[in-house]
Amino acid sequence: MNIAQFGNDLYTGKRSIDFIGRQKTWYSISALLLALATLGIVWHGLNFGIEFEGGSEYRISNAVTTDYEAKAKAAVSGAGIDGLVESSVVGDSVRVQTVAAGEKNEGVKTALAKAFGVDVTKVSASLIGPSWGASVSAKALQGLIAFLVLVGLFMAVYFRTWKMAVAGLVALAHDMVITVGIYALADFEITPASMIGFLTILGYSLYDTVVVFDKVRENTADAFGSRRMSYAAAANLAVNQTLVRSINTTVVALLPILAILVVGISKIGPGTLVDLSLALFVGIAVGAYSSIFVATPLLVWLRRNEPAVADLAKHARRVEATAAKTAAAAPAEAPVDQLLPNDELRSVAGVGPVGRPLHKYASTGPRNQPKRPPRSRR
Amino acid sequence: MTVALNPRTRGPRRALLSFVAIILALGALVIGARTWGTGQLTPKLGLDLEGGTEMVLEPVLSDSSVTVNQGQLDQARDIIQQRVNANGVAEATVTTQGGRNIVVSIPGQPTAEQLQAIRKPSQLRFRAVLEAAAGRLTPTSTPTATGTATGTSSGTPSVTTTTPAPAFTPAPGNTLTGSPALVPPALRADTTTPAPTATASSTSTGSGTATPTATPTSASDLAWVTPALQAEYTAVDCTKFQTSELVDDPAKPLITCSDDLNEKYLLGPVEVDGTDISSAVAGYRQQNGQTTNIVVVNLNFTSDGAKKFGAVTTRLYGLQGNLNRFAIVLDRKVISAPTTNAAILTGQAEISGNFTIESARSLAKQLQFGALPMSFSLQTENDISPTLGSEQLKLGLLAGLIGLLLVVGYSLVQYRLLGLVTVVSLVAAALLTYLTLTWLGWAANFRLTLAGVTGVIVSIGVTADSFIVYFERIRDEVREGRTLAAAVEAGWARARRTIIAADLVNLLAAVVLYILAASNVRGFAFTLGVTTLIDLLIVFLFTHPIMGILAHTTFFGGGHPWSGLSPDRLGAKTTRYVGAGRFVDAGAKA
Repeated sequence: MNIAQFGNDLYTGKRSIDFIGRQKTWYSISALLLALATLGIVWHGLNFGIEFEGGSEYRISNAVTTDYEAKAKAAVSGAGIDGLVESSVVGDSVRVQTVAAGEKNEGVKTALAKAFGVDVTKVSASLIGPSWGASVSAKALQGLIAFLVLVGLFMAVYFRTWKMAVAGLVALAHDMVITVGIYALADFEITPASMIGFLTILGYSLYDTVVVFDKVRENTADAFGSRRMSYAAAANLAVNQTLVRSINTTVVALLPILAILVVGISKIGPGTLVDLSLALFVGIAVGAYSSIFVATPLLVWLRRNEPAVADLAKHARRVEATAAKTAAAAPAEAPVDQLLPNDELRSVAGVGPVGRPLHKYASTGPRNQPKRPPRSRR
Repeated sequence: MTVALNPRTRGPRRALLSFVAIILALGALVIGARTWGTGQLTPKLGLDLEGGTEMVLEPVLSDSSVTVNQGQLDQARDIIQQRVNANGVAEATVTTQGGRNIVVSIPGQPTAEQLQAIRKPSQLRFRAVLEAAAGRLTPTSTPTATGTATGTSSGTPSVTTTTPAPAFTPAPGNTLTGSPALVPPALRADTTTPAPTATASSTSTGSGTATPTATPTSASDLAWVTPALQAEYTAVDCTKFQTSELVDDPAKPLITCSDDLNEKYLLGPVEVDGTDISSAVAGYRQQNGQTTNIVVVNLNFTSDGAKKFGAVTTRLYGLQGNLNRFAIVLDRKVISAPTTNAAILTGQAEISGNFTIESARSLAKQLQFGALPMSFSLQTENDISPTLGSEQLKLGLLAGLIGLLLVVGYSLVQYRLLGLVTVVSLVAAALLTYLTLTWLGWAANFRLTLAGVTGVIVSIGVTADSFIVYFERIRDEVREGRTLAAAVEAGWARARRTIIAADLVNLLAAVVLYILAASNVRGFAFTLGVTTLIDLLIVFLFTHPIMGILAHTTFFGGGHPWSGLSPDRLGAKTTRYVGAGRFVDAGAKA
């Protein structure tokens, strides 16, 4: 498969996308998206569902949907409810939203059942008090703060550096704002369920970030050991190496949600299912972007002034310069690729081999054990 | 199983066996619950899939500046639970949620009256007893108006009932220390009927001597008992007492029952309110500085309440028989009707009786609760018709199936036959999830809602993600030039850490959501959390062992082009060290 080949090249560094070096580009893209999102939230405003104002929603299953709007209006006003009546059709059921029906609930149900020619047991009603949305939002905010604190602690402990936690959390905030912005711009309805969806995004966004950071940590630990690669280069290689994995995990996470979305929108209509999955869908997509383009560059930027990191970068530059000199001094030798098949010793940008030249056997194999030819061949 | 005989796959085979054992154990639990218990073979469905009504109520204190704490919330839940039971609503569940709300789930379609009755405000009040009698009518004769409860010399009634409640028989003749006692028969009541038929009401103070006159002079005055009221009271049979639409007028007498239906009461007007209580604590009586083994409930009144209570007990102390008793009425049900052993002017009373420490605590909780009368604001009410429910279930399952197929298709394309491992693992995960949810339905009364189904479907992605992390890791190691068997182990050591960390983050999110989420999305957090745990189990005990075994097959281990792990296709290092100082060049080998 092409993507497998692509993965191979990314892994070996034959092909490399400069995620770290071009961080300004990614930051500008993100800044633009964030600006758009903020603009959307501020100007366009969010479309809050009836859960936030209070109201009643009725759903008539197996209804005859012809002329449904007039029927719904007549039935609702007949039952003594004034005010706005909104109705829509999903599949073969009709959804009617009114102001809170309160005591007249049963009356409306009966009237609607009669109007649409179904039994009253086929009419579902949900009534939402006016303070419900507010209390759910308060809970969601609490949850958000609790989650951020816990996850920040967890990541700081797990990765043993608070900078990773900060980078991860910034990426998270980035995802949240963009997701909410998309909601504002696309005029999606925000319900308590979608708020929960937003909260779940947090988990997902971090899931991705954790996977990438894990590789970053591993590669940079190697780099600190070998001192042949700068922190930025090691991190960049990590992102490249996990790129295929990120793509695959994101696609696989999105596929089932897509299924829910399609089935939900076409057959079930607005409700918990659609709200949850829409928030998740948008959030996971944005989360995948941020863990690659925002979190890792930010991490590198945060750590760039640490003495150890700066020292490593200096050393790596020196090693690279030496290697370039050696390569220039002995250009007639075998092609670089054969001489030094160990790709990890190569700088990410594909500049060429670094460090002193090794015998090709010395740098291969699971562990670089035999530095000499086997006894039989000596 | 020639493969299984390979000694190098012993570890993986053991892990697989333990996985099978887990599955079998869960299966046995589920089938056992079905055979010997009340379990079933499918997960219990929530109301939005089965049809039914769900109400979310938020307790609101009359003093809106005070927020409801957990203890009060639990108390409120108990109250709602009692009301639900009293209303004869079958199989309803009442739970608290997020430290703030009470969720009432009622299968089927209850009437509007039933729903109203469940969420009316709660009130704790004190009323003097005018008459008390056995709660059950004897079919042979109508009881006399005075009731069958007879006052003994100590003023403690021995209630003759068809079902005696020995745990609550009063301990007569208490000797008291500082604070005098209310000695209760401590009967708790469940259902109520107030009788708003009383004559003119006069506010009562002082100690009346219960001389019947046309207008009652005190709350204990038998003049409250009009013939109509008497007739109504006589006719009451607590076993048939199903009411909810009653008016509880504090200024008028009330007819009610105790919760074990053993006693019925005709009570005078309200004299002391629940808000007059400052505290109520259950404990052991302190006597001369020693702790005795007599369980009592100590009741403290506010200064205002102490005055009222003092006036009432002064009056009641002089009365005989049932008139000596002072009923504590919670939500129109008598939770206790102690006799009065002294005029209590200090505002510190002690209720003693044949309490166990649990029953005393329960009474104390109810009294404490009475100090903060609550009303219940309706947050949401969802009423799903069975048609819509089954339709949603069908569509939810359809969405799940489509999602599963998409994931399977994608992983087959991406990982060739290795994708089959994903498929089998997902099937194993699905089986485990199904069994777990079914078992939880029986053991913890877990109900699968539409949001829960969403959680399960979303988790397909999470579970498959962990396989991808693992597979990509193995591929990385193969690219490094390892043999598959070595790559599986090396890749596992590294992928394991990533998978655990990522799953922990997910689990954390699920737990936070579960604790704080409101209403129906809670099911989502729950299934997400459960499936994350199942994912860990599957990766450790199923996918990894399977890979360990497959690595030793010729198809995968030999790097067949369709295995998805072929070193050539993965661009593995051309030169490999194959041990004993020998190297293999991929080009030479090919």
